[in-house]
Amino acid sequence: MINIDAENHVRGRSVYLDDIPELQGTLYALPFDLPTAHAHITSLHLDKARALPGVAAILTAADIPGENQIGGILPDEPLFAEGEVHFWGQPVGLIVADSDHICRKAARLIEAEYEALPVVTDPREAQQLGRLICPPRTFVIGDTAGAWSQCAHIFEGQTAVNGQEHLYIEAHGAYARMKEDGSVIISSSTQGPTAVQRTVAKVLDLPMHKVEVDTVRLGGGFGGKEDQATGWAVMAALAAQHLQGPVKLVLHRLDDMRMTGKRHPYEADFKIGLDEHLRIIAWEVTHYQNAGAAADLSTAVMERTLFHSTNAYHIPNVRATAYSCKTNLPPNTAFRGFGGPQGKFVIEAAIALAAERIGVSAAEIQQANLLRDGDEMPYGQIMQQTQARSTWAACMERYNYTGQRERVQAFNEQNTRYKKGMAVQPICFGISFTNTMMNHARALVHIYQDGSVVVSTGAVEMGQGVNTKLVQVAAQSLGISPGRVRIESTNTLRVANTSPTAASAGADLNGKALQTACAALMERLKKVAEAALGHSDVAIQNEVVMAGGKPSELGWEQLVLMAHQQRVSLSENGHYATPLIHFDKSKEKGHPFAYHVYGTAITIVTVDCLRGTYTFDSVDVVHDFGNSMNMAVDLGQIEGGLVQGIGWMTLEEVAYNAQGRLLSNALSTYKIPDIYSVPKSIRIASLETEGHDLAILKSKAVGEPPLMYGLGAYFAIREAIRAFNPGADLKVDAPYTPEKVLLDLYRSPSSQGT
Amino acid sequence: MHIFVPLRHANRRWFSDMIQFILNQTLIETNKPPGLTLLDFVRYEAHLCGTKIGCREGDCGACTVLIGALHGGEMQYQSATSCLTPLANVHGRHVVTVEGLNLPGKRLNRAQEAMVQHSATQCGFCTPGFVVSLCGYALNVQKADAAGAVGAIDGNICRCTGYKSIERAAGDLALHLEKKDAAHALPWLVSERFLPDYFTGIPERLSQLNNKDRKLHSGHTPIGGGTDLYVQKHHEIPDMELQFMARQKPADAILFDENSCTLTAQATATDLMEAAPLSEAVPGWRQFLKLVSSTPIRNIGTVAGNIANASPIGDLSIMLLAVGARLTLVDESLSTEREIALDGLYLDYKKLDKTPAEIIRRIRFDIPRKGQFFNFEKVCKRQYLDIASVNTALLVTVENEKITTARCSIGGVAPIPKYLRETSRFLEGRSLSAETVRQALAVLQTEISPISDVRGTAEYKHLLAKQLFCAHFVELFPQTIKMEDLL
Repeated sequence: MINIDAENHVRGRSVYLDDIPELQGTLYALPFDLPTAHAHITSLHLDKARALPGVAAILTAADIPGENQIGGILPDEPLFAEGEVHFWGQPVGLIVADSDHICRKAARLIEAEYEALPVVTDPREAQQLGRLICPPRTFVIGDTAGAWSQCAHIFEGQTAVNGQEHLYIEAHGAYARMKEDGSVIISSSTQGPTAVQRTVAKVLDLPMHKVEVDTVRLGGGFGGKEDQATGWAVMAALAAQHLQGPVKLVLHRLDDMRMTGKRHPYEADFKIGLDEHLRIIAWEVTHYQNAGAAADLSTAVMERTLFHSTNAYHIPNVRATAYSCKTNLPPNTAFRGFGGPQGKFVIEAAIALAAERIGVSAAEIQQANLLRDGDEMPYGQIMQQTQARSTWAACMERYNYTGQRERVQAFNEQNTRYKKGMAVQPICFGISFTNTMMNHARALVHIYQDGSVVVSTGAVEMGQGVNTKLVQVAAQSLGISPGRVRIESTNTLRVANTSPTAASAGADLNGKALQTACAALMERLKKVAEAALGHSDVAIQNEVVMAGGKPSELGWEQLVLMAHQQRVSLSENGHYATPLIHFDKSKEKGHPFAYHVYGTAITIVTVDCLRGTYTFDSVDVVHDFGNSMNMAVDLGQIEGGLVQGIGWMTLEEVAYNAQGRLLSNALSTYKIPDIYSVPKSIRIASLETEGHDLAILKSKAVGEPPLMYGLGAYFAIREAIRAFNPGADLKVDAPYTPEKVLLDLYRSPSSQGT
Repeated sequence: MHIFVPLRHANRRWFSDMIQFILNQTLIETNKPPGLTLLDFVRYEAHLCGTKIGCREGDCGACTVLIGALHGGEMQYQSATSCLTPLANVHGRHVVTVEGLNLPGKRLNRAQEAMVQHSATQCGFCTPGFVVSLCGYALNVQKADAAGAVGAIDGNICRCTGYKSIERAAGDLALHLEKKDAAHALPWLVSERFLPDYFTGIPERLSQLNNKDRKLHSGHTPIGGGTDLYVQKHHEIPDMELQFMARQKPADAILFDENSCTLTAQATATDLMEAAPLSEAVPGWRQFLKLVSSTPIRNIGTVAGNIANASPIGDLSIMLLAVGARLTLVDESLSTEREIALDGLYLDYKKLDKTPAEIIRRIRFDIPRKGQFFNFEKVCKRQYLDIASVNTALLVTVENEKITTARCSIGGVAPIPKYLRETSRFLEGRSLSAETVRQALAVLQTEISPISDVRGTAEYKHLLAKQLFCAHFVELFPQTIKMEDLL
């Protein structure tokens, strides 16, 4: 089934935040900041700006009726800076005016005096200074200290991996309107309507029932709108409350890039030990997460880094520690993979290094250590229905790994200017919010008396196709055509207390809740049908009531009308909470994931050793979809996630200067893949399995895992560089930009990468 | 169909200066500021919200529209980023947004259909831009192929799909367009569901517009395509006095005589790219120009603007330095005109041998002749639609294995687009050999002074300058000069 929004998308008819028809009298808001990453504000002069004709108000912390606090997990982030600024781009206040143009004019009239404070942008430095967001955490299995003696090979090293700008093409935005009783309705481009509602209530000093948040769809989210959409929505709501009128806030791209956090950069120290059969016996890793100036979701991101520190491998002795380091950068946040990719990157780097030193291919080490059923993860979960080895084997065979490997080697022997590199990337990604309490959802279903159905859930559509999947679930559960089902906007009045659409779990959680609701409705409808037909075995298929397996006279529309006339409720609110999962943070053990998603990808790159540029020949994937309920949607997630991962590993370079100013602050200086930078060939095959019971319709979550296939891009480039410059001592510092590639190609053997 | 009421203000003082154009099917007469972006007009005045705002600097393509002009009774359409297009520049034109490409009723046009069938749209925010670019391709293409269709969307960025599905959609579209009847393009495109049928009436309607060029503003800041000024001064432009240069574009923006090429001030990068005499004279010419920005930007960005902007990494400046371009500068207030060599224009960072009142009227250079070899190299983070870390061009004349003339330029390693006077001079009279190139590298290093910035460290730019200088010779003379002999 094609995405239900596709036809409106191509016609330009889909409505995004900035397309909502505006009410008369709508004012426009612009947050303002100071050109410093860390300072004590001594004075703020707003009079000139306030006097500009067309300016309705300039709001600061002093104008907040409730708490000046938007922190999602920890209360450490003010809406507007008070006294001190902690990152470059931190909002100090909000200008509200008749037009965006006037707001920007007013912004140029604002003057401030401040005393500069020391700026820290390096996570290791922050850790040294004891500037941590939360206490460090350590996951342990076995005994690494005792295991080194069993190792034939031990290697130590360091890695760095940069952040990533989400670059959803639709920037952040919110539109707030007042209702007659002082309640406020906010349209928000958010992945987490409830987080917006809760925070608006806190800042505006309203009970949550006076705050309605509505989200139709996002022009891309990727995690960037999970927590960080909240501040803008709160500002719009605050201004609307203050001025008692409609206020819209849509960020310009430069504001969005400067003011919002990104994927967390990480640094790490590692020590890996292998036996003579290339089995990884011991793995120690310390992660330094660059959290930025406030917690945001960093503690949860850090947790997932720990969960995925061993990727798809079984290692009996593991000690993984992570520090969430507080720096003067915008608070970093969720981004597809949520710390998992950073965790996996380190072990893949360690394996690459070990392979180079031992003189084997990384694939040999990877293959020797893939997970099996019954293996225990460092966090205590015993792996079941493991597909690490099956996806690996299928990938090797289907794409003739050995043949491709030989072709790459032959090419490198015959060519000087161009060198090819190849990497295999297995993945294993846990599905569920690692915070167990978030794994629940609700769905509200109304069947109208004409037989049409409307569904509301907590899921936010952001291009991932969740609404399409929900239509499929409802249609299948009720035995009706998808055309009868409409998905309504995500709205906190219709579905309350939701978790954000994140963790790849949107379709599973909301789909299962929808199944629950549909099942209850079906029970009631079946009773009506049983009575009407005098038959005890009824079902609905293709909009016809089946009695004893045979079509009856009774169709969907008549049945619904009959039920309505018999005063049977045609509305249901379904609830779902993922069973079986639990995690004890005091022991760092449990069973946090409903299931895992697996896959293997082979990446081949060609490096131009004269220019230092590269192109990807191919990426060949075997992915564990479970039993995909919508291959068109799922393939799109794999291709898109893969390319986003390759972008993170290659072109996409978030750059701050030492003063904490974002240098890669626009699309002209921050480059995401264009149509020419994607691999020439991407092949994706599905591993045939029966799927997983905790996945919606046995179709596994697909949002985040494919991003991690992109890690292979980094290691393929590294291999190509080594083919040209075998003696070089290469650092591990992603992304591999053309700059780093060229410098590494011509690095003398003695000097290590800088 | 969206009904749009033309903006008619009670105060008609500026009526004679109103901007007039056809927006999809609707005649627009507006007295909005001529410097207002077409994007803001389309979204917030005409309330056509299919055109999206992604970056406001021409780097994402979400705001792509088609701009059609009548040339000799035929419509010519080009894609353009509406975020960088001043309203003044569409006076007398047909502007097409995604809404204007929708067929009546429930049917999708061919581009839309291909995008849907291949699941080439996810969040949908970039999608209208892709649809518009693909329809622009359908309108323009003479001989369709998949590579050409992909080329038409080289200015459109998508963050969701990974592009493969879009590539497949573009491929399908190209296949269908192979049958295009170029002699009766519009009727064919309409009958084949590429376009709604009102397109066939546009030439007639446009010819009836009072298409007289109106003096809209007499400002001091000249603006051509707007592709740089709107990026640099987006928030100030509404208050600026502008002189709209691109509006007086003549039918032939590029003129050729036997040996030379003359560009008018309005000539765009696309005009330069499409110029047949240059493609014939310079192997790889189109590919070099393809490294400059993207299709919609090349369609509106002027060559003169690229020169005047004086960016140290301006691609066109670098190319034109190598071909020895000369400029005609005109000061209308003083009625003076003078000609200078481009390599004498750049004095220091953004400092030109040109008064603010002087406008570049013409750019002239000799077309490379037989025995001359031209190459352009550019490396950036992303190969296309990116700004160079280092770019360089070389024009050499080789006679009997000897370099008789050489002109080499380089960007990104000096405060100005740098003409490498010493390096060029060094090459002249020497044999075409690896040894000569190696020796020239030493001279090159004395002429450049890169600094570290977001496009690369000084160390990288030093190395890259050397590599790309070598690449000129490896690319142009693969039989004589091999990479192994240089590095």
